[in-house]
Amino acid sequence: MSNDYLTPVLTGRTLLRANPVSKLFAAVVITLALLASIDWVSAATALACELALMPLLGISVAGLARRIWPLLVAAGVGAYGTALLAEKTGAVLLDVGPFLFTEGSVAAGVAVGLRGLALALPGIFILLTTDPTDLADALAQKLHLPPRFVLGGLAALRLVGLLVEQWEMLGLARHARGVGSDGSVVARTRNLLGQSFGLIVQAIRRATRLATAMEARGFGGGPRTWARESTFSALDAVVAVVGLLVAAGAVTAAVLAGTWDFLLS
Amino acid sequence: MTAADMPSPGAVRVRARGWGWRHAGRRAFAARHLDLDVRPGERVLLLGASGAGKSTVLHGLAGLLGSHDEGEQEGELLLDGAHPAAARGRAGLVLQDPETQVVLARVGDEVAFAAENLAVPRDEIWQRVGRALDDVGLDLPLDHPTTALSGGQKQRLALASVLAMEPGLLLLDEPTANLDPDGVLEVRDAVVRVLERTGATLVVVEHRVAVWADVVDRVIVLDAGGGVLADGPPGTVLVQEDTRARLAAAGVWVPGRQPAVGGTMPGGPGSSGPDASGAAGEVLLSAQGLGVARTRRGPVAVQDLALQVRAGEALGITGPNGAGKSTVALTLGGLLRPRAGTLTASPGLAGEAGGDPFRWRSAQLVQRIGSVFQEPEHQFLTASVADELAFGPRQAGVADPARIGAVAERLRLTHLLQANPFTLSGGEKRRLSVATMLATAPRVLVLDEPTFGQDAGTWAELVTLLRELVADGVAVLSVTHDADYIAALGGSTLHISGGAGRLVSR
Repeated sequence: MSNDYLTPVLTGRTLLRANPVSKLFAAVVITLALLASIDWVSAATALACELALMPLLGISVAGLARRIWPLLVAAGVGAYGTALLAEKTGAVLLDVGPFLFTEGSVAAGVAVGLRGLALALPGIFILLTTDPTDLADALAQKLHLPPRFVLGGLAALRLVGLLVEQWEMLGLARHARGVGSDGSVVARTRNLLGQSFGLIVQAIRRATRLATAMEARGFGGGPRTWARESTFSALDAVVAVVGLLVAAGAVTAAVLAGTWDFLLS
Repeated sequence: MTAADMPSPGAVRVRARGWGWRHAGRRAFAARHLDLDVRPGERVLLLGASGAGKSTVLHGLAGLLGSHDEGEQEGELLLDGAHPAAARGRAGLVLQDPETQVVLARVGDEVAFAAENLAVPRDEIWQRVGRALDDVGLDLPLDHPTTALSGGQKQRLALASVLAMEPGLLLLDEPTANLDPDGVLEVRDAVVRVLERTGATLVVVEHRVAVWADVVDRVIVLDAGGGVLADGPPGTVLVQEDTRARLAAAGVWVPGRQPAVGGTMPGGPGSSGPDASGAAGEVLLSAQGLGVARTRRGPVAVQDLALQVRAGEALGITGPNGAGKSTVALTLGGLLRPRAGTLTASPGLAGEAGGDPFRWRSAQLVQRIGSVFQEPEHQFLTASVADELAFGPRQAGVADPARIGAVAERLRLTHLLQANPFTLSGGEKRRLSVATMLATAPRVLVLDEPTFGQDAGTWAELVTLLRELVADGVAVLSVTHDADYIAALGGSTLHISGGAGRLVSR
């Protein structure tokens, strides 16, 4: 099934074996370092490190680009917008009518674009190399999050895939009843709202039934055990250290280059 | 010697005294005045008309009805002397729809889930998983994806995941209603194997009595007004003529008793059918080399179909679960774009709309081809039955109150006109979903599993109505597993399996 979020196509055998918690830790550390300052050196360093780790994902740059192209576009738009609107300092690079780019504004734009990508990539690493069931096991057993919350989230993930299917089915069913996606903009908007409401109704009914099925199997009360043990290995120490190194490297490079601009200072 | 004579130590005893349950927000009790004793190891088939509270009893036994905000309980219902909610894991419930019960992504994890919830130690969980999968005969790797299973396999998986709790009471709520004939036997046989090994008590609810009559040693019939209508061994309850008559009147499928159907067999002797109306089998739709697929780029479900849909004829579309029957129906209904080949509407059907049904606007489609989906709720668009019936004609710009009134009358919906469609019973929802499509008088009617989970009463009504439609010159296409239904409507059958369709004419 194509709309299956519970059994996604995963890549990167090494990272797949790592515990999701260590991957989360590495991603959080890198994110914190990048959030502390807005400058292009720290962002570029982190991004370069992340790209250097790409072989671990086991997919080509082109393959990755195909999956995350909306992010690339967003980063580009963010960079352009910032360069256009940021404070105009330094030498003028381009001045055509309302379009004025200076060294300062372009540097700010590049920093924002790179930072967006550098922030997004750790998340992509986790998404591509983590099985949702393993993640749930790790969150519950290692981080001791409440089982209700973790397993509820896992079950919901499955319903998300079904929602896509139900949306298509609802569209067909409505077309058969005489409400289609044709007509004026007003009619289309009304149809879209109606279909969305129908989807919500279906989703709630579906979730209620699933909750009943889960409750019928003893879910929801009392202590519970875990069939799959979530474990840490030496690999997890490596993942955590690499995360720390990338974060430290980005900060150090920026401080040495004199571009470090601590947000809270 | 049956399990009932020699109860297994783990089997549960059920006791009800004046038990009743009213769902919060409802005025009437869903089940009431129930007095019942089920011995450990007994195998009970629970029958009753729609709305007699069979599911409510099962949910009560499963411990799913409990807190005060969910409803009001009267009397007592006990498993081995304890309240069902306090006896967690003693009763295991399998529900009707295989699709809505799967929780996790992998077969092994799914079965382990219930044992985890009961805090079974890890090593023992995996022993139980292996045993449960063996019991239901699912010979699959533990990491097999749960989405890649047939309907029968999914129901057996649901059974296995309940068995991992090692319940002393097995509760089955219409476990085979949504399955094809092979799936029905698959699940029934798995249940029998499980009971033979575990000796657990069984309570099963099912409209189709024949499936379970040989398995159970007791039949209990609930009265729609509360209490028990009949109780005894199947050889007595299902044989006594007055009980049989009462069961049939309550919509139960009694073995060896076909529900009385009105109208005439299309094409049969005495049929006034298409010949009399003068539209002798006019071709309405014709498919040439038709390939169908659910999505624009996804896999092709069925290839190279060639068939003609004629006015005043029924066509049954059969085949195993997952063979692509629904995809064929959606394509013939003008809802999905043909992947290959052509589907052409004759000028007599198309009128000014052009020959390609997929290109018709919704308002044009609804006057020409009516598609009744398997899940009636998918097609409900308004807040009352009356609005629902008026909706299609208004979209098509042909509002005709007289016809709407006639359709409502014909499908016995007149007394429900102000009701909210979502609050109707299963049979009423089915009647309404057919009625909404008839309101615009399409010449082709496509139905997807119209008799799934229907009691004998609704079944007979539906068949009578469709026979009359065929006699009036409507082409009726039905995706169905139901051999009785196909026999009652006559016409040809398109059998679909392995990506190809084979047309069997009468």
